[in-house]
Amino acid sequence: MTATATAASESVRAYPLRTIGLTNVVRSEWTKLRTVRSTYWTAIAAALATIGIAVLGATEYVHNFDPKNLEGFDAANFILQGLYVAQIALGALGVLTITGEYATGMIRTTLTAVPQRRVVIALKGLVYLVAMVVVGEVLSFTTFGIGQAILHAKHAGASLSDPGVMRVVVGGGLYLASVGLLAFALGTLVRRTAGALASFFGVLFLPSALIDLLPNSWRADAIKFAPANAGTQILNTHRVHDMLGPWQGLGVLTLYGSVILIGALYLLGRRDA
Amino acid sequence: MIEVRDLSKHFGPTVAVDHLTFSVRPGLVTGFLGPNGSGKSTTMRMILGLDHPTKGGTTVNGRPYGAIRRPLHEVGALLDAKAMHGGRSAYNHLLCVAQSNGISGRRVGDCLDLVGLDAVGGKRARTYSLGMGQRLGIATALLGDPQVLMFDEPINGLDPEGILWIRTLLRSLAAQGRTVFVSSHLMSEMALTADHLIVIGRGRLIADSSTTDLIARSSQGYVHVRTPDVDGLAARLRTAGAVVDTAVDTLRVTGLDCAAVGELAALDHIILHELTPRSASLEEAFMELTRDSVDFRTDATTTIGRAS
Repeated sequence: MTATATAASESVRAYPLRTIGLTNVVRSEWTKLRTVRSTYWTAIAAALATIGIAVLGATEYVHNFDPKNLEGFDAANFILQGLYVAQIALGALGVLTITGEYATGMIRTTLTAVPQRRVVIALKGLVYLVAMVVVGEVLSFTTFGIGQAILHAKHAGASLSDPGVMRVVVGGGLYLASVGLLAFALGTLVRRTAGALASFFGVLFLPSALIDLLPNSWRADAIKFAPANAGTQILNTHRVHDMLGPWQGLGVLTLYGSVILIGALYLLGRRDA
Repeated sequence: MIEVRDLSKHFGPTVAVDHLTFSVRPGLVTGFLGPNGSGKSTTMRMILGLDHPTKGGTTVNGRPYGAIRRPLHEVGALLDAKAMHGGRSAYNHLLCVAQSNGISGRRVGDCLDLVGLDAVGGKRARTYSLGMGQRLGIATALLGDPQVLMFDEPINGLDPEGILWIRTLLRSLAAQGRTVFVSSHLMSEMALTADHLIVIGRGRLIADSSTTDLIARSSQGYVHVRTPDVDGLAARLRTAGAVVDTAVDTLRVTGLDCAAVGELAALDHIILHELTPRSASLEEAFMELTRDSVDFRTDATTTIGRAS
């Protein structure tokens, strides 16, 4: 009986992946994502914020146009300012994707159907992230197109063929996905909606508020490596002095999300569901 | 077939499940009975691999739950009726669960039919009544047409019609040769539904026997007597070998029947105002069985006594 007992208590341990049916799990998680309203509400909120802010900003810029403003004007970055609002909506979706299952009790149904917890939650994250990349890129390119069309009136716009601009626009979508990874990872770790949302906002916004409390010698690195500061470098057409490079920065943000997710998945296997 | 071997679960200093060993056989409805907080749900969660045992283990059809490939085809479970996202329609809820185990969309429709929710399958689960939620939970359990079924308090909050429906369903599932394991804190309900009973209290096994045996064993009758001379009669009956509990003007006598009590009273010229044979109700039998294992007991008499 000892053998059975040991095996049972370790029932969450990895089981050969091919027997789980990964495509089944992906299909199931995709159904879950597309059949709740919060998915659509957050995507609509993100789209309205991004496009709305671009239209308002660009119209205002054209209306009060002064050729002196063209000096150092980063048109692509200016148009995509709304991504800072969109990240809140889409990040909240990332949190809810997992904490919603805990809040409703659905998680017990999910883990009973697929006892390989780490696999099923990792695939849930993957499905959400792929959706975020698609939504993010569509949003980023659409917004850029609209803003660019408005700025074009004063020849202040940027073209995708200008140096760095394509990277900013593609990076806008990837930035949203990377923030989404952080949100999903924190949701998996914290499990409660309120706590996970609070920690998501905390990780994103608190470091810049707390930097003044740090000793001087640490400040430069802290500013560079704060998650939001690192990730948003991808949105600057020209590299900003004293900050991480665009891809390097996005990589650092993604690394934060990945490390938290790996920790959360480790705990997921050990905790009671 | 579900097997539980020397299963224990501790939450910090609290022992929720304490060296529990039993098995649940196919072809029968097995009731899992115990007061609230006795460890029924925790045991079921461990069988499904949701909680990790502190000690011991469980198997379903000879394997630990986590080693079953596409488990919905072997085990169906209803843990609580609300274990679903309220914003999703019943159909979509069943669909996403089905897809995870490679079960077709047609089976989803069949299961909605089976529990009588086909007309409201497109409505969001949040709008469902408790009874409809239970039916949806049962549809979820039946998706993979499993041989083993576990239901945690399936009749909680149901109206009489719903209770009858579940009772009939459980019996028919067992009649098809399936293993049916149902928890409840209501002895009377289990007496009607279950062939076999596993009774636990404070996480420990109290009884594991057929329902008829358990009822016969624990609901022995007694004689209810009312008399102005309680002490005199009690002393007389005790010398005759009876077990007597006394109250202000009544006695509860076990070990002697009505005729014997009446004759003994007549011999001593003790006046009787009432002499009635009583059989303990099932609920009384259950309370008797679990008396020492209830966590939070309110003792009405002592409380009132102190207050007055």
